[in-house]
Amino acid sequence: MSEREPVERDQAPSPSRRGFLAAVAAAAAGVMIAPGIRLIELAAARPAGEPASGAVRWGLLIDTTRCARGCEDCVAACARENALERRGETSVAETQRPQWIRKIELKELATGRELSLPMMCQHCARPPCVDVCPTGASFKRADGIVLVDQHRCIGCRYCMMACPYQARSFVHEPLARQNPAVPRGKGCVEGCTLCVHRVDRGLAPACVAACAEAGHGAMLFGDLNDPASAISRRLREVASVEVRADLRLGTGVRYQGI
Amino acid sequence: MTQPSSAPLSAPWASRAGERRFWLAGALGALVLAAGLAAAHYMEVHGHAVTGMSNRIVWGVPHVFAIFMIVAASGVLNVASVGSVFGQPVYKARARLSGLLAVALLAGGLTVLMLDLGRPERIVVAATHYNLRSIFAWNVLLYSGLFAIVALYLWTLMERRLNAYSKYAGLAALVWRIVLTTGTGLIFGFLVARQAYQSAVLAPMFIAMSLAWGMAIFLIAQAALFAWQGRALDPAIRRRMARLLGVFVAAVLYFVLVYHLTNLYFARQVEFTRFILASGGAYPLLFWLGYVFVGSLVPLLLLFHPRSDDDRTVIVASTLVIVGAFAQLYVFIIGGQAFPLELFPGYAASSTFFDGAIAAYRPSLAEILLGFGGLALALVAAVVGVRVLPFMPEDDRRVVAAGSGAGE
Amino acid sequence: MRALTTAVRRASATAPGPAAARGDRARGLRAVALVLLVGALFVPLSASAQAGGRTPQPEIVIDAEGGCVAPPDEMRRNHMNMLIHQRPLTVRQGVRGAEVSLRGCIECHASREDGSAIGTRRNFCQSCHDFVAVRLDCFDCHQARPGAEGVRR
Ligand code: HEC
Ligand code: HEC
Ligand code: HEC
Repeated sequence: MSEREPVERDQAPSPSRRGFLAAVAAAAAGVMIAPGIRLIELAAARPAGEPASGAVRWGLLIDTTRCARGCEDCVAACARENALERRGETSVAETQRPQWIRKIELKELATGRELSLPMMCQHCARPPCVDVCPTGASFKRADGIVLVDQHRCIGCRYCMMACPYQARSFVHEPLARQNPAVPRGKGCVEGCTLCVHRVDRGLAPACVAACAEAGHGAMLFGDLNDPASAISRRLREVASVEVRADLRLGTGVRYQGI
Repeated sequence: MTQPSSAPLSAPWASRAGERRFWLAGALGALVLAAGLAAAHYMEVHGHAVTGMSNRIVWGVPHVFAIFMIVAASGVLNVASVGSVFGQPVYKARARLSGLLAVALLAGGLTVLMLDLGRPERIVVAATHYNLRSIFAWNVLLYSGLFAIVALYLWTLMERRLNAYSKYAGLAALVWRIVLTTGTGLIFGFLVARQAYQSAVLAPMFIAMSLAWGMAIFLIAQAALFAWQGRALDPAIRRRMARLLGVFVAAVLYFVLVYHLTNLYFARQVEFTRFILASGGAYPLLFWLGYVFVGSLVPLLLLFHPRSDDDRTVIVASTLVIVGAFAQLYVFIIGGQAFPLELFPGYAASSTFFDGAIAAYRPSLAEILLGFGGLALALVAAVVGVRVLPFMPEDDRRVVAAGSGAGE
Repeated sequence: MRALTTAVRRASATAPGPAAARGDRARGLRAVALVLLVGALFVPLSASAQAGGRTPQPEIVIDAEGGCVAPPDEMRRNHMNMLIHQRPLTVRQGVRGAEVSLRGCIECHASREDGSAIGTRRNFCQSCHDFVAVRLDCFDCHQARPGAEGVRR
């Protein structure tokens, strides 16, 4: 029974919420790729007032064989969800525009094999950004999500120097059109939050949802600590790797098909 | 060696011209400082969009200036250490000036670093929340500590009753600044993911750099102040200090050589080393022409050539060492980031975030002004310092009085 | 919009005290402006200013009905501490649906006129702060407008 529904735990879901969950569940049901494996695994929302638990470790498995070259659905969904400025929507230089998730196109030099994959914060178990942050603004939440506490970030950018994945961005300009659930602002470092505001409500990250809704099914989100979760089961079955495994950071994001 | 008598030696100008030049330097410094502060304000209002820095070149020209000043601050204090700890009278007479310059440079460097922050107004957070796993946080502690230790040290040097303790204060300062410069080197050395930085050689290399740059700054400051006061520097003293500068410059060159050789030895570092030393456009040019030739070989020639022994030569050589230092830091800090991170060895990568591509960087006027503003702050602090307190070495008076060799 | 506000209120509906009645009141939300002039209750803020005789008072406009997350007196004195206390719990520990939340403040205290909690002296979070010359940087990042739970679909 890995298919835990938030509704089961929530005593009194509001009508709007129930409708919403139904829609997501329907979307999820539509993207079953194999019996018992769902691409959007709905986690239970934590009850109000409870802190994130160390019993859970959120992770992602990315199937590069299902990730199409040039497809940017996850990138677009991330920008929409987190109200990131897209290309052309801001006057800052392209190198200064925040990108929490990006598509990397790869070509193996020895063989010419081409592949494509999304790259974002890898939510390391031993994150270098957290180690180097002078004020402790970079931190790892109990459930493994690596975040920036923007109230403590002084904007020194040392974490950006330390991140092996170039996964963090710096806000180079004053902002005004944030998503109310995703505060962001000038002078702080930011990066993929694994859509913590959605995950805490029992929803999958926006990129994962978009990838599934479009029928690609290249991203699988779930609890790595739960042996019965879809992601854990898949990880037991297929070969997957950490990017820059040599650094032994214990990433929460893994890739298959590289 | 006796300490200053009750008559303070602060700026007894020999001539109106000397005094005028002194004030000119101060006024120029204040002007540049004001421009630097205006630039910082501009960056604060508009965000770092008005700089050339980006998500790829995260640290830019302000950091080149800041790290130069912080590293040089530690090195300039070496003059005092040699005097107090190793009992060299010539250097001991210069301990106070050396301490003043150290404090001034450290203030300049930290100011630039602070004003470049995305949220400089939150600097108190850096003072109240320490992540003790962060070498950066340790550096914050080390820098603040150096201020305190140098202040204490200067006090023992200036207050006659405390003179006896100056040796211990000097020893504390010596140990502290070696730790501090090691720490500064490790800010980069701990960046395991970056080809340019993950090297233990960086710690001793930064110490050598600090000695060279600090000595160069000291020699320039000393020559300028002596000239403005119409005093003549004992050639024997100058020669000794110039030689020492030469030794330090050679030491830096040695560590730079080791750093690149070890990098060449690791297969996965070869690409990066080729970029920095050969194929990287402006960076190899700055490295070979700026750092190696102008900043090291020419000064070495000037400093060790038996017939080029006068004030002018020493000033020129010291200036070139500083120019070379900036070239070296630019290549090290910015060139090191321009080279792409290698996420997938064996693959060619491309993305909207410039994976696999060399990052471009063009510093904006604002960040350059901020950097110079920090240097100007150091200059103004030093100028005001020597004006109000007896910081100047007075060995020439004793030399004149005793008619003997340097210092004692 | 109304449904969403309801949802937010529901999240804290289990708490005892004045908050308990909130769900019902919110259901009957009408655009009723409730202007509270704080007057003498506002002594700690204006004590120094009052020395000079009659002085302008902040105009505090509260459109929401019912009660706050704590008694008004307590809120006036303590709301900053409540927010600063809750902040790391929510951000760093992941405690959601807490009584005190900046989003919650905005949902109730954004003006019905222009939909924002800041902007002019008649906007709730700016009224007193202008008066006591406190500049909040919170709204550099946080939206001062009520909005969905913020989860986009
Ligand atoms: C640099 C941007 C930034 C600034 C400035 C900022 N915050 Fe936040 N704040 C955030 C982010 C990001 C979150 C995390 C949101 C989440 O995970 O739901 C957050 C969350 C919070 C939360 C918990 C969520 C909620 O709605 O209750 C509180 C409380 C909070 N901030 C209070 C403040 C206060 C008070 C200030 C001003 C003194 C402030 N913040 C300024 C970025 C900022
Ligand atoms: C459920 C809606 C609601 C929420 C959530 C809420 N408030 Fe209130 N608040 C009110 C109402 C209604 C009043 C007027 C209460 C009264 O006068 O009895 C009020 C009063 C206040 C007052 C006193 C104003 C005065 O001087 O009369 C302050 C200050 C205040 N709120 C701040 C906050 C802050 C800060 C938050 C967020 C932590 C917050 N409120 C959250 C509804 C709310
Ligand atoms: C009744 C007047 C009043 C209202 C209304 C009010 N505040 Fe305040 N607020 C104050 C006072 C007074 C201070 C404290 C100033 C100080 O201590 O320096 C303050 C301080 C704060 C601080 C701490 C600022 C800092 O930098 O320390 C925060 C955060 C804050 N308020 C948030 C809010 C929010 C959010 C609202 C709107 C929901 C709000 N306040 C509405 C009077 C008010």
